[in-house]
Amino acid sequence: MATSLETKEEPSLEARTARLWKHLQEALDADELENCMRCGFCQPACPTFQETGYEAASPRGRIALMKAVKDGFLVPDEAFRSQLDLCLGCRACEPACPSGVRYGRLLEQAREALAAHAPTPWPIRLARKVVFAGVFPHPRRLQRLGRLLRFYQTSGLQRVVRKSGLLRLLPAHLRDMEAVLPVPSPRGVVETIGTRIPAKGAPVATVGLFRGCVMDVLYTETNVNLARLLSEAGFEVIIPPEQTCCGALHAHTGDTALARQLARRNIAAFRRAGVDFVVLAAGGCGAMLQEYAHLLPDDEGARWMGERVRDASQLLASCGRPLPLGRVEATVTYQDSCHLRNVMGVHREVRQLLSSIPGVTFRELPEADRCCGSAGVYNLTQPEMAGRILERKMGHVARLSPDLVATGNPGCLLQMQLGLHRAGLDGAVRAMHWVDVVAEALDAAPR
Amino acid sequence: MGKLPDAAKRELLAALGADHVRDDPEALVAYSYDATPLVQAMPDAVVFPGSTEEVAAVLRIASRYGIPVIPRGSGTNLSAGTVPVAGGIVLVLTRLNRILEIDEENLTATVQPGVITQHLHQTVEARGLFYPPDPGSMRIATIGGNIAECAGGLRGLKYGTTKDYVLGLEAVLMSGEVIRTGGKLVKDVAGYDLTRLLVGSEGTLAVITEATLRLLPKPEHRKVMSALFDDLYGAARAVSSIIAHRIIPCTLEFMDRATVQVVEDYARVGLPTDIAAFLLIEQDGPEAVVERDLQRIAAICEACGAREVRVAATEEEGEALRTARRAALSALARLRPTTILEDATVPRAQIAPMVERITQIAKKYDLLICTFGHAGDGNLHPTCPTDARDPDEIARVEQAFEEIFAAAIELGGTITGEHGVGAVKAPYLEWKVGAAGLEVLKGIKRAFDPQGLLNPGKIFPPDGRKRKVIHRVPHVHA
Repeated sequence: MATSLETKEEPSLEARTARLWKHLQEALDADELENCMRCGFCQPACPTFQETGYEAASPRGRIALMKAVKDGFLVPDEAFRSQLDLCLGCRACEPACPSGVRYGRLLEQAREALAAHAPTPWPIRLARKVVFAGVFPHPRRLQRLGRLLRFYQTSGLQRVVRKSGLLRLLPAHLRDMEAVLPVPSPRGVVETIGTRIPAKGAPVATVGLFRGCVMDVLYTETNVNLARLLSEAGFEVIIPPEQTCCGALHAHTGDTALARQLARRNIAAFRRAGVDFVVLAAGGCGAMLQEYAHLLPDDEGARWMGERVRDASQLLASCGRPLPLGRVEATVTYQDSCHLRNVMGVHREVRQLLSSIPGVTFRELPEADRCCGSAGVYNLTQPEMAGRILERKMGHVARLSPDLVATGNPGCLLQMQLGLHRAGLDGAVRAMHWVDVVAEALDAAPR
Repeated sequence: MGKLPDAAKRELLAALGADHVRDDPEALVAYSYDATPLVQAMPDAVVFPGSTEEVAAVLRIASRYGIPVIPRGSGTNLSAGTVPVAGGIVLVLTRLNRILEIDEENLTATVQPGVITQHLHQTVEARGLFYPPDPGSMRIATIGGNIAECAGGLRGLKYGTTKDYVLGLEAVLMSGEVIRTGGKLVKDVAGYDLTRLLVGSEGTLAVITEATLRLLPKPEHRKVMSALFDDLYGAARAVSSIIAHRIIPCTLEFMDRATVQVVEDYARVGLPTDIAAFLLIEQDGPEAVVERDLQRIAAICEACGAREVRVAATEEEGEALRTARRAALSALARLRPTTILEDATVPRAQIAPMVERITQIAKKYDLLICTFGHAGDGNLHPTCPTDARDPDEIARVEQAFEEIFAAAIELGGTITGEHGVGAVKAPYLEWKVGAAGLEVLKGIKRAFDPQGLLNPGKIFPPDGRKRKVIHRVPHVHA
């Protein structure tokens, strides 16, 4: 649905709205809308409803708005668009729903239609085109960008820029982001450890590691550690180098066409590798891979992939050999990744792994199951709401005062780092991917 | 229905501020429904007052311009009690959500109406106290809504319903005047009992802005058991017999054959699908009493022909039994797009005949109607999975429920035990209270709200119509 960047022959607002209205009426699934029985049980689970108390900012409300558009008595105007934009897409409403309404699908259908008729300002369109289509699907370009960032952070340029006051030109949320962005690794996981890592001991199974796009540049070390943990637990790890971005951000922002292309490339890459499982430690990507079958309903490979996707915690907690872990003296808490929890249904496993580390005191974070506000690019597009949600989260963290907060998804990890920075806790509490915490315990084991 | 008069809107904006007065299409759609299937109607405005004074200001303005006012909490009720069927201003009370006081000496909690019931439970239980009413919607429903509808719940048999826990109220009349009823007193007979009158008045008499609730000490221990019956009458005998043996369990829940089949199909909790009835029984109190009661109940169920009786040995096992009952709504809700959950109530001894009548009626109209509910207090929830888009079937559903309500009355019961009359059961109210009774109710309504502006179209039957009307949603123009 790539929209032209030129603004020639822009149709009138009325005409555009009428076309969008028709598109929405065709796209929205009538059965799914009808399935909502309006009981309101989704509302306690919804972060934007909890923040606003406003019915329209809840899943039940948003479904009512979509249904009103479908039934022809609500014009899909700017208010409709911004109400759907305000949704995090965390899907915490889905497990809470007695009727099993697949809200995520309705949201995606609406967002795809909205994106197709978007009077989106050209800088955002340009950014999407450049970043989503031009960078994410191309690991080498992403790495080059990462090296640029690394140069900025390590050459002294960052210090100069910070001193110069240039950053004040940026909105506050981007300034904070600049402050917490990790130093990218100069090389991705494949360049660091190759494409095949043999299992320690007799192999339990062969797994294909999905490295992710941003994850592989910003958190390469986590992917390297993940491969180590899997190998230690008896898995032979293959990292197909032709794999690409999972397409989640594209699907969630309405660019379903590109999401499908990326899905096909990934399916082909992992099928060729002939693995028993496709494994990763990024909840957002995992949920996307699992739902390829929904994106490509007639694709046999999508089903193949969906059945084999596992979060690394699932494999390590249940079918791998127990890891020889050393002591890590720390009070640890864990922030769920929404898509890991609400879509993949994984929440016990990570807690189990963290609790199994000798010396670790695991303490449950209140509302750990509630979105942290990162939600793909949400913290960039909806900084105000994301900030409110994050502030509430950091309130819980401050009261619990753990030594470290673990997460299961790079976006959430970055958001935790951002939150700790804003709350003035970056010295006191560390944010880490659980994989790195477990890897630390592995390194602490007497050899 | 029309647009709000400009002058009225200006006055509302002046009283509440621009953030708390909405009349844009999005807000109107979002407050055009509650949890009741098939009913939806657009208000003219939605307001979010933040204090009793602001509620009073809204009511004064509405009175002056003759605009209906529909008080609303979370909108979880099942009788269209908060649907603006005659347009007007939806008055959302969720911003008034503070627990004002927990008085451990008088064992009371004073709360604003927008407090979520579950939040109240958690807060008082953290102090070793107990607020018994536990409607199925309590994790999102508000106390104000519970009071307005006189909500019940799973513990009704032993502990009663909301009306048994409301000691005092602050409420705003349609004129904008504020009244206080009752208080922290256990004994208080000064004049008519306006507290009791307002509880269950469904937002038609006054807007509740504060409530003083009675609390109990939290029971020390609780435990559950289940009993499976091949014969509906056996299960019904067991229910009556338990009470006759002077045992009052805190929960005595029932599922009929159709419900059990659907639940098992959905949740795979291990229930045999050929049983006629499933009972879930819970007792709370001192541990020794709980153990003794459950043993005696098990013996009674066996004597009444139970095929299997299982007392939970561990808390996990107990949770598994509770899950079976809790899965009923989800299981039924996933069967078809629309789920109509009704609320017919009969005296305890009439449960078996009532369930049989419901089964016959379902057959007659070629519908699936599954019945579950609170057997201990005779409060049954015949539930029909259907599809709102099938007008022929919906017409049959309405006829079937009309017959079910008639059957409940015939057996000495009522048309609603805990959901309220609202808009959907107004046509049947006269069956229950009689013509003279209805006139008394109307007189009370006039005394509180002479212009008839508070939540119109609820409780009282629309003139000359005895049938439920489906309100189609009118067109909104951009």
